[in-house]
Order: sequence, then structure tokens, then C-alpha cells
Amino acid sequence: MKIPQVSVFVSNRPGRLQAVCRALADAGINLLSLTLADSGEFGLIRLIVNEADKAVEVLAKSGLSATVTDVVACPVADKVGGLADLLDVLGDLQIDYMYAYPSECAAGTNIMILRFSDTEKALAVLKEKKFKTLSTAEMLG
Amino acid sequence: MRSTAWNDEENKILPEMALDFMPEEKLRELQLQRLRATVKLAYEKVPLFHERMVEKGVTPDDIKTLKDIVKIPFSMKKDLRDTYPYGLFAVDMSEVVRLHASSGTTGKPIVVGYTKEDMDVWAQVVKRGLLACGFRSTDIVQNFYGYGLFTGGLGIHGGFEALGATVVPISGGNTERQVMLMKDFGVTAVGGTPSYFVRIIDVAEKMGVDISKLNVKRGIFGAEPWSDGMRDYIEEKTGIKAYDIYGLSEIVGPGVGCECECRDGIHIFEDHFYPEIVDPETLEPLPDGEEGELVISTLSKRAMPILRYRTRDITAIEKTKCKCGRTIRRIRRIGRRSDDMIIMRGVNVFPSQIETALLRAEKALPHYQIVLDTKNNMDTLEVKVEVSRDMVSDSMSDMEQLSKKFKHSIEQILGISVIVTLCEPDSLPRSEGKAKRVIDNRKKI
Repeated sequence: MKIPQVSVFVSNRPGRLQAVCRALADAGINLLSLTLADSGEFGLIRLIVNEADKAVEVLAKSGLSATVTDVVACPVADKVGGLADLLDVLGDLQIDYMYAYPSECAAGTNIMILRFSDTEKALAVLKEKKFKTLSTAEMLG
Repeated sequence: MRSTAWNDEENKILPEMALDFMPEEKLRELQLQRLRATVKLAYEKVPLFHERMVEKGVTPDDIKTLKDIVKIPFSMKKDLRDTYPYGLFAVDMSEVVRLHASSGTTGKPIVVGYTKEDMDVWAQVVKRGLLACGFRSTDIVQNFYGYGLFTGGLGIHGGFEALGATVVPISGGNTERQVMLMKDFGVTAVGGTPSYFVRIIDVAEKMGVDISKLNVKRGIFGAEPWSDGMRDYIEEKTGIKAYDIYGLSEIVGPGVGCECECRDGIHIFEDHFYPEIVDPETLEPLPDGEEGELVISTLSKRAMPILRYRTRDITAIEKTKCKCGRTIRRIRRIGRRSDDMIIMRGVNVFPSQIETALLRAEKALPHYQIVLDTKNNMDTLEVKVEVSRDMVSDSMSDMEQLSKKFKHSIEQILGISVIVTLCEPDSLPRSEGKAKRVIDNRKKI
């Protein structure tokens, strides 16, 4: 199962994250997860939301450029080595991921959001190794 | 007579276009006759031209052939400023029916005047340009050139009216309403500055309106230099055909020349405006085919005859005939004006080169602005580029790559190092008329 992630381009100046969150909030869009990346000059805000396509439209109306990419949400066992076990599987099979960030879902489970360079291949491996992946709806609970 | 009344299925050559196809010999004869009359008028009625000709020891009788035009002194923008407001007028104010003026941001504006006959000539040349680009009386035209003192809006308007088209005189600004009317009125053609049309395209996209699905088929654009890349961008985005109309207020406004359907240069309406190319340094005349500064003399203007006006536009007169068969000569499209030139660490830079570089890098035309500054006693050139939706990636390295790609492409064309800054959409200022592409914050030494 893959889920859509919204990436928003922002200039590196005060109030940009606020502008993104306010625009989404006013449109009634629910934010499930968020991470920031920055180059010093500009930044990318990556978001998991309940309605990705609508979020892109809403942001465009506020003058923000955004795009949707597929990522995978993997529950991680809440124990020592939970994440290491997951990453071992990916590492052993040379499954390449570009970035990852932790999240939580409504049920309280720990989740890793992973962006693979080959999402389909990664999903096949995770399925074979009996790792669960969640849909946006499942994350919402 | 409305052009649609002409009983010709193909509708390609219309009676109103006949002057564009005059036998060359007759055209030269007409030009000489009119040049002699204009020189006489200027000599007798305009002190500035009189004094300059006396200084050079030239009288109107010395103009015996078209080649003799080189005996006449040049004129330039400064002359219009120095004689502000009516010093170059050759007729009594009672004959002047219209005044136009520049915005005059750098001091006194320049003022131009028209008699009734001048107004007719102006409308007719614009009409001939429109016809050459396929505009017809059946068109519903949205004119978003600025109306008012600027010659663009009312000049093009006069041509549309003479053509018999339905004009929507919306002027510039209120971009969302522009999109709404374009759709609701079933607009078939548009006219204005290309940079403002790019703005309309942006806003239409945001409103969820696809211009290529509307009735708009063609557009006439001018008042600022625009690259071939910008033309491709406009055409790909909207499915319209974009044509270039050339002009400058000092001569008449838009309509000094215009493209035809071949879009292989700008035909000058030579029966009213006589073109020459000179070396901008030595002011020596250059033969057809060679690049230099365009110099124009009016051949029929009465209120304000202008002799050998230095346009600051860099172009060449084409040597070959156009495929359309018009005998009036063509100049190459204006890619650069010597006025727009930025001198950066001794290198000549034109905004249009940066436009070309951006298009080459991304095959899209992002909104951009050039900022010149002085940092640590070094002049810097920064290009701010707005990141549109299709340029965003979730990957930081892709975004950095994009910035590098722009930088590399610009540096390759300019040959100097530049700074590229990616900006959010709509963060750069836009004017509703001409694009303000260059901000110069450099310390003047």
C-alpha cells in the first residue's frame, strides 16, 4: 500500500510553515504527519494529509507550489530494535530509500514514512517479508 | 467595406492589403515624394529641424533621391524632452486632435501629437498589420494594452475599429476579470504586452480555465522585446498563434511595422515610415542584411514629422523577400534594445538572453526578475525565479539541481557568473503593463 505525500516549496523566510498550515486548516484538511527539509535558501515541507489532491489545489490558491509523490507508511514495533529490523530487511535486499521520517497514527502505533526510489519493488519485498503497510485511512484510524 | 463582404473564399489577400504589395519601383517613388514633403514641412515649421539642417548646410531641395536622406541630421529621445511639450509640432494646435505621452518616470515625459489625418494613417497601418496576421472583422478582440496616455491601448484599439472587429477595451489589470470575460464573451483574439498575457495564463490556470479550450485563436503582442522562446511558451500553453507588432510612440505608436502570417520578420509600413540601419557607434549607414541601430523617418505625419529618429532598437533589414509576397521590407524581430542593456563587469547583458536561458533549461517560462547589486565592491547579478507547480519535487537534491540547471544555462549564455534564487510563486512584483525585469541596486561610482 502506498500513500500520497504532499511536498510544498517555500522560501526561507519567517511565517512560511504557518502559511501552509493555516491554508490547510481553513480548508478543513487534516494533517497527519509533517517533516521539513531546507537548503538554507529554500525549504520543502513534506506532509501526509487526509486529502492530498485537494491540499495541492488549496495551496495553489494561496500562491504555493506543491506536488504529490507516493510514499509508504510502515508500522514499527514499539520495542528496542523495531526500526532496525525493518531497515535490515530493506538493507539486505538493497532496497534504496531517499528519505524517511517518523510519524504516529491514530491508534498510537509508531510509523516510519519511507520514500523509495522504486516504490513497487519495495512494496513487494515488504509484503513478502510480512511487513504491514498502512493506507491514509488506516493512519487516520 | 467590411472585409468579409469581399467575395473570396480563401480570404488571404484583401483589397485593404494592396499597399503592402505595391511594385517596388512605385513604392520608392512614393517614399521620395513623401520624404521631400516631410523634410520641407520640418524645415519650415519645426525650429529644431530647421536649425540642425542650417548647421549642416542642407536645404529640402538637396533631397533629390532616397539616398540623400543621409544628409539629414539625426533626432533622438532627448530632442523630444528638450522641446517639451509642443516644440516639435509642425501644425497649429487647432489641427491637433490627440496627444499621447510617455510615463515620464525619469523626468519630463515625451509628448506626441496627431492631426485627424495622422490618426487615420495610424489606424490604417495597425489595421494592415492585423490583417497580415489573420485578424478579420469577424473577430471579438480583447485589448489588454493599457489605455490612456500610453500609445499602446488606443493605438491598437484604433486598428481594431478600422478593421471592423468587435473590441473589448478592457485595458490592463484585474486579471481574474480578464479571464472571465475572455471565456464569457467568446473572445477570438487578444492584444497586449506578452508579459501581461503570461500573467493571464497563470491566473487562468489557477482559476481552472484552460485557454486552449476557449475560442481564442490569435494574439497581437508588442510594446516590449520578447523572445522566440516566450512565443513558443505562449503558443504551447494556449494554442493561439502569437504575432509581433512593432512601434514606438515617437514615430506613431504600435503599427510602425508588424509580422505577417509567415512570421519571418517585421514588415515596416514603408509608405509611411522610412527605415534605415546605422552603425550605433559611427552612425554610418549600413547595407540591408547588416545589424545595427534602426533609424526611422516619418513620411506622412503632419502634426509631428520626425526625421531620422534613432530608435535604440538593434536589428537588421532583411535582404530577401518574404514568402508572403509583400514588397514592403522587413526588419528582424527586436531581441534587444540598446536601452535595456545591462553592463555587468564589462559584459553586455540583455534580459531577453536570460529569458532564453531559462526556457532552455526547463522548457517552461517561469516569472523572473534580475537584481543587480554591489557586494564587497563586486557587482552581482542575481536572477530570481519563481517555482511553479510543475517545477516542484519532493526531493531536495532535485530542487538544488533545478537551481544549478538555471545557473548553468544562464552562465553559458552570458559568460559571467550569476546567482540564481528560487522563489515562491507570485512573490516577484508584476506590473499590469510592461514587465519590470531589472532592479538595479548597484552603487554608482
